[in-house]
Amino acid sequence: MDVLTTAITNAVRSQEQPTKTVLSSLLAIQDKIGYIPKESMEIVSLEISNTTVNDVWAVASFYPNFKFEEPAKCNIEICWGPTCHIAGAMEIFEEAFESLDITEEGRTQNGEIELGFNTCLGACAQAPVVAIDHHLIGRVTKSLLKNKIEELK
Amino acid sequence: MVVETDSFKKISAQAQEKWNHLNQGELPWIRIGTALCGEAAGSKQIFNSISNCLEALGIQANVSEVGCIGLCFAEPLLDIQMPGGNRVFYNNVSEDNLKDIIQSHIIDNQIPNKHVFLYSGDIVLEGVTKLEDHPMKSKELRISLRNAGNIDPYDIDQYISNGGYYALNRALFELDPESTLNEVKESGLRGRGGAAFATGVKWSFLASNPAKDKYILCNCEEGDPGAFNDKGILESDPHTVVEGIALAGYATNSNRGYIFIRHGHDGPIERAKTAVKQAYEKGLLGTNILGTDFSFDLEVALTGDSYVAGEETALMEAIEGKRAMPRYRPPFPAQVGVFGKPTNINNVKTLSYIPEIVRKGGQWFSEIGYEQSKGTAILCLSGSLNRTGMIEVPMGLNLKDILFDLAGGIPEGRNLKLVQTGGPLGGVLNADNIDLILDYESFRNAGAILGSGGIIAADERTCIVDLTRSLIAFCQYESCGKCFPCRMGMSHLLEVLERICDLEGTEEDLDLMRSIGENMQAGSLCGHGQLGFNPVASAIKYFSEEFNQHIIGHTCLTKVCNKKRFSPKRTRR
Repeated sequence: MDVLTTAITNAVRSQEQPTKTVLSSLLAIQDKIGYIPKESMEIVSLEISNTTVNDVWAVASFYPNFKFEEPAKCNIEICWGPTCHIAGAMEIFEEAFESLDITEEGRTQNGEIELGFNTCLGACAQAPVVAIDHHLIGRVTKSLLKNKIEELK
Repeated sequence: MVVETDSFKKISAQAQEKWNHLNQGELPWIRIGTALCGEAAGSKQIFNSISNCLEALGIQANVSEVGCIGLCFAEPLLDIQMPGGNRVFYNNVSEDNLKDIIQSHIIDNQIPNKHVFLYSGDIVLEGVTKLEDHPMKSKELRISLRNAGNIDPYDIDQYISNGGYYALNRALFELDPESTLNEVKESGLRGRGGAAFATGVKWSFLASNPAKDKYILCNCEEGDPGAFNDKGILESDPHTVVEGIALAGYATNSNRGYIFIRHGHDGPIERAKTAVKQAYEKGLLGTNILGTDFSFDLEVALTGDSYVAGEETALMEAIEGKRAMPRYRPPFPAQVGVFGKPTNINNVKTLSYIPEIVRKGGQWFSEIGYEQSKGTAILCLSGSLNRTGMIEVPMGLNLKDILFDLAGGIPEGRNLKLVQTGGPLGGVLNADNIDLILDYESFRNAGAILGSGGIIAADERTCIVDLTRSLIAFCQYESCGKCFPCRMGMSHLLEVLERICDLEGTEEDLDLMRSIGENMQAGSLCGHGQLGFNPVASAIKYFSEEFNQHIIGHTCLTKVCNKKRFSPKRTRR
């Protein structure tokens, strides 16, 4: 077995909780490896009983948090829930797109920073909220985000 | 009077001793709120800095992460308690003032000092407001949130020493499952997840099913933007939920349970997992709980990003590891639920009330609240408000009390324009509804839902068409795609609303949206499609003039629609 296959298998088998499903296995792979390599589909179908490769793809393609390529070095999520929207999320997006020189969600030209939309980061009382590498930052302003992005570059 | 059995007596005595030592021992106790709202304000970094700071100052102290005390606007919020003394709170704590706060409080013994925010305790602190007298706290009645911000969610002993697991002990030794269920029925508690169905009645469906294996599911999917109370409860006091689930299991003769949380919300996940583990270690979960015949197994299950996974049948699909798509009903979950077994599903908030209801009796709970809405409402206040946060108040207050007295009104002298309640499928109310009473029926009659308790306020800078578009954009993005009236309907609604935002709407557009809405309501399996037209319907009802300005006058007076807007490219179509 190559390194990746071993890593995927280990991720699936080392789940702590008693109930192991296709979804829990995919989440475990994403947590351990950072994304879902395509080899995962067959491995999960073999590890979880009564599961076909199609079943695994069905689940993997449904939840938008699953990524199918190696993650960028840095990940920025901007919340576009209603509270953040009211609090000025669109201006935050505008700043982010400008600073990262992109026009829609996705990666910068050098592939190092990925920008995504998040439906709700769960800290509405501190809106607008962004998350940089899963660290929440509340009451974010255009200039604050600009500085953060400059630091990341 | 609760009978303490020997096994529980031992557990609670240990816990009490630990609690007394924390409060009365030799060391100061520093608590810092690190729930999501605190985290977004930077409290995790502050927490990490505290130990360095103590070391630099050469002092020792107990330091605990706690949950959300509710004053999210003042985060990062830290408090210091000297042995046997008051809790003194400091707001907006930063790396810059942390050392100064600790030094002047602990070393110089200067209280109050310039950083002080509030205090709680028996010793009067001149010139400082008492926590209970703070305007945001003044009308609060904390049942579910009784421990939030006060105890360390990672420590089961702190929960037990504050009355935790007494209810489970009482149920197991004083009540049989039927009388436990009757307490819940008598309380009049209704589901806090959105549908407001009587919890006791829901439980009785499962209780009357004679099957051997039965499940209790606790729903903390909470994808509702504007609501963070489920996550807040799990982060602040996970054991009240664990105990609530165990009691639900006992009352319905069920033997297994899941707490279902969205992947990525690490705070609630970690704290729930720790709580379950600790409850097992104390013999409060697992086989023969407290030496009785009652056995109950509980685990934490995670979902991927999916709003519809919060719908009860979709939730069961996700626990089984599949796509979170709703099932046909009947059969209802109490007959055929998760893994084909009879199942009961409750929201986190609902279950978090159960320990206090069983401990103090259903009668006690039923005396709190308003008409058919018993107990308290756990509200998340966000948007254009002076004081944002999470509060628990008795049902029956009105929106004016909440938005102006508690939340301090709208900042910078602006005016309230609208209130959005109950998540994206809820409704939009205009400022004329300010006297609306916090009660399921009153909200429904006004065309909104109290739902999960999210209350978002907006001032006159907000454009109603743009906000409605944003709500529908969310609903469109989150439609699971199973029922085409919802999948296509949401997309069409969004298309029409985008057109109106582009000031290119036509006079037929409102009727077109109504007809799409009717089809969605009639042809969708779950609430997502059935209620999906709510935001549009209520917005048109209360703000028809502003819609007409866009459609007929081709102008957006707030100028919001003249600005750029962005939305995600991915859809589940």
